[in-house]
Amino acid sequence: MSFLPKPKLHHPKLPVNALGFTRRDYEGAISTLCAGCGHDSISAAIIQACFELDIEPHRVAKMSGIGCSSKTPDYFLGASHGFNSVHGRMPSVLTGANLANRDLTYLGVSGDGDSASIGFGQFAHSIRRAVNMTYIVENNGVYGLTKGQFSATSDKGSKAKKGAINNDEPIDLVGIALQLGATFVARSFSGDKTQLVPLIKAALRHPGPAFIDCISPCVAFNNHEGSTKSYDFVREHNEAMNQLDVILGRDPISAEYAPGEVREVTQHDGSVLRLRKLHEDYDPTDRVAAMHHLHERKAAGEIVTGLLYIDPEPEDLHHHLDTVAMPLNRLDDAALVPGSAALDKVNAALR
Amino acid sequence: MRSGVTATNDFVVKFANVNGSGSASANQLFAKSILRMGIPIASRNIFPSNIQGLPTWFEVRVSGEGHLGRRGGVDLMVAMNPQTWDRDIAEIDPGGYLLYDSTRPMPASRFRSDINVIGVPLTQICNANYTDARQRQLLKNIMYVGALSALLNIEPPVVEQLLAEQYKGKEKLAKPNRDAFHMGRDWALKNLDCPLGLTLERSDAVGDRIYVEGNAAAALGAVYGGATVCAWYPITPSTSLAEAFERHCKRFRTEAETGRKRYAIVQAEDELASIGIVIGAAWNGARAFTATSGPGISLMQEFVGLAYFAEIPAVIFDVQRAGPSTGMPTRTQQSDVLSAAYASHGDTKQVVLLPEDPRECFDFGASAFDLADRLQTPVFVLLDLDIGMNDWLCEPFAWDDSRQLDRGKVMTAEELEAGRTFGRYLDADGDGIPFRTYPGTHPQKGAFFTRGTSRDRFAKYTEVGSAYADNMERLLRKFDTAKQIVPHPVERPAAQPTRTGVIYYGSSSAAMKEALGQLEADGIHLDAMRIRAFPFHDDVLDFIARHDRVFIVEQNRDAQLRTLIMTEGNVDASRLIPILHYDGTPITARFIRAAVADRASALKVVPFAGAAAE
Ligand SMILES: Cc1ncc(C[n+]2csc(CCOP(=O)(O)OP(=O)(O)O)c2C)c(N)n1
Ligand code: SF4
Ligand SMILES: [Mg+2]
Repeated sequence: MSFLPKPKLHHPKLPVNALGFTRRDYEGAISTLCAGCGHDSISAAIIQACFELDIEPHRVAKMSGIGCSSKTPDYFLGASHGFNSVHGRMPSVLTGANLANRDLTYLGVSGDGDSASIGFGQFAHSIRRAVNMTYIVENNGVYGLTKGQFSATSDKGSKAKKGAINNDEPIDLVGIALQLGATFVARSFSGDKTQLVPLIKAALRHPGPAFIDCISPCVAFNNHEGSTKSYDFVREHNEAMNQLDVILGRDPISAEYAPGEVREVTQHDGSVLRLRKLHEDYDPTDRVAAMHHLHERKAAGEIVTGLLYIDPEPEDLHHHLDTVAMPLNRLDDAALVPGSAALDKVNAALR
Repeated sequence: MRSGVTATNDFVVKFANVNGSGSASANQLFAKSILRMGIPIASRNIFPSNIQGLPTWFEVRVSGEGHLGRRGGVDLMVAMNPQTWDRDIAEIDPGGYLLYDSTRPMPASRFRSDINVIGVPLTQICNANYTDARQRQLLKNIMYVGALSALLNIEPPVVEQLLAEQYKGKEKLAKPNRDAFHMGRDWALKNLDCPLGLTLERSDAVGDRIYVEGNAAAALGAVYGGATVCAWYPITPSTSLAEAFERHCKRFRTEAETGRKRYAIVQAEDELASIGIVIGAAWNGARAFTATSGPGISLMQEFVGLAYFAEIPAVIFDVQRAGPSTGMPTRTQQSDVLSAAYASHGDTKQVVLLPEDPRECFDFGASAFDLADRLQTPVFVLLDLDIGMNDWLCEPFAWDDSRQLDRGKVMTAEELEAGRTFGRYLDADGDGIPFRTYPGTHPQKGAFFTRGTSRDRFAKYTEVGSAYADNMERLLRKFDTAKQIVPHPVERPAAQPTRTGVIYYGSSSAAMKEALGQLEADGIHLDAMRIRAFPFHDDVLDFIARHDRVFIVEQNRDAQLRTLIMTEGNVDASRLIPILHYDGTPITARFIRAAVADRASALKVVPFAGAAAE
């Protein structure tokens, strides 16, 4: 038995998507984060992306670890199941959930502390295991929830609010994701919704491990002069590689571009990712080049954003494990329990 | 030689081998041939992890009476490893026998005068008959089985039958094995005084019992219990459980039409990820488990607490071993009782099952998933190395085809649509167990946000203290419900009325049963109770109340089950007398008998003389 989604009552003028939902149907509880926190902008972008993709909210599972960032799944997609798990371990919980039901869309939300410090191992292993998911790190270079300690993505030389200087090398999660085989890798900025929304849409449509490192300033503890994750600093140093449009089958092809100006990548589900090249010679399907470029621009002091790498035909964990098409959580007794006759044979061989 | 020990169907043979020399299958052939003669055996592998030359031992206790615990002592040593020669010789009971490869002469000083030495020039015979090096090594093992068949009266057709089964359709492999067996046998018959004082006599004491390892049985239980997701990290002695699950699944869970898998096994990067994967899968409606040992349990603590509070049905097989790091960990112990029962931070109590043998590993392995789903909580199944990694003679596996997997309280889309009230942490019917929904069930109803704590009965965020306390009390009610549905304790009354009892559990069972018989013969009568699960059923406290003193037999140093009984049952410590075995070897009836007799005399426990208990 299936149930037709029944959208909430809403203002008749609010735009609706193909399912008849308004943007409000994708909202969640009221945020309790600080006013101006970058994480809230990312939640808004997730809501917008899901609305535009005509996703059925209840077919999304939202998973997170612990932190201000990990609280946010409560603030979007109120009709989805969510799991606020333990610090740094969202990836394993998401992996298990995905194994149980391959038919849902998995959205993992984490922080830089959650993914680059305590959960660095789980982050890495979920990527290399090719779990079909969208993994967003809301990266503010600081531990927000525990009030302002440096995180492992804090840049060397950046200054804490109380004045301490970070001497440790930062971990660039984008670089790690590229190295470990993520088939969709992007970086964006919570302050740039035009760039972020299409990236989230493309990631949600990507049938493999899709990673987005989203710089998301913490207004309470890391938005001051000397921080490299402040709104001002990121705006000044943002170097966008491309501007993405996600074109679904039904969308009309509108704008015209000069040859060489756009690059289109068709994903497995037929959606087309149109990348307007803002940067010469950047090929987002070349992993090695992407890694090289990343290092080069970093040395030049720039923060590279945009869709940095995509493999349009990825394989995922279920493919590697060769699991059946039916979600494992829907297999019935007949499919699972071998029964007494089989047991008799087992017994006979043990005598 | 005839001055040696004499015994029929009641002795211990120990094989000292070099790891990887192919001895395991020959030793298995020896063990199984005795079983096929209808004589019960108990066999154990001993494999230290840290000694040069990689020695392994295999011990077979032949017991016509059916005692399956370790006996202690060795009547016949088959010494095939020069590196461990001295300690192996030293281990033989006075009057016992030594079988060794006499190809190279040994100085008399390397033997003992109070044992009987039997030399068989195994290498020499092998080299004379085979040219291939690997064949020489492998068949040497079969050859000593041949010699033993002559020395102990193993029936050759039984061995031939076993070889035929093992090499079914591969006569090319069967023949050299058969030949080597007879070569060894014939040499012994011709050159030695056969049989020894130790002899085997066909019996019918085995019945339809099977001979199987606990880990393989538990894994099969997981298949029958409907587990589809297994996440694990290798650790002795639990590794073979996950490996067996894969083997069973290949056989029983491959989709016929496509060849694809109705299961997912992930070798995770560590135990934290293993349990995280299990929790994620179980949250999403699949039956999931992990297999680990003590160190893994330590690493899983935080997650297990989350599963307790978020009420997620995770199954954890803990094959217990001794202590941390390497070496001793390849020995057995029951030392994770407390760390499982109170696993994690915050106020937690976990469901723990305590199987006694592979048959119960299968039963509990399957029912753990029903219990976890029914109770929506983690369930630990505590095996130990002794049960897990040794083949045990036990009742055959059984399954009732009318049995259905109990998925517990899961609210369906239809129920939600019909307007049924859903509160994720709402005690709808007084048993403390709330309803849950699987993600993706219904477009508007039944979704909830899972957190450890800080929420009300409807899963809405709150930090109000009374809401927390309310939830904690409901969890206690749930644990009370658990008491009724976990496996109940099994009582075994003494032959005569007595005010003294004994409580035991898990792999101590076989040795305990044997010891009870011996103690009874000594005039010490004990009512016995085998505990099979935590939380404790009321019968446990009732049993303790009915006795003045209760011995508690455990394989750990700190009397962990005793502690648990004392705290959970408010029992006066002086009434619970610990009998503790913790050197890493499996507990024996000899040990229990001596320890109980010793404590009993100190406590002046006399054979019951008064009137029957009130
Ligand atoms: C095991 C454990 N250790 C420590 C904490 C405390 N803690 C909560 S959130 C957090 C850091 C969060 O940082 P980040 O992931 O960057 O999230 P943000 O708040 O910055 O969004 C820490 C250390 C915890 N919850 N669990
Ligand atoms: S502390 Fe920082 S990260 Fe947390 S809510 Fe406030 S601004 Fe956001
Ligand atoms: Mg942070």
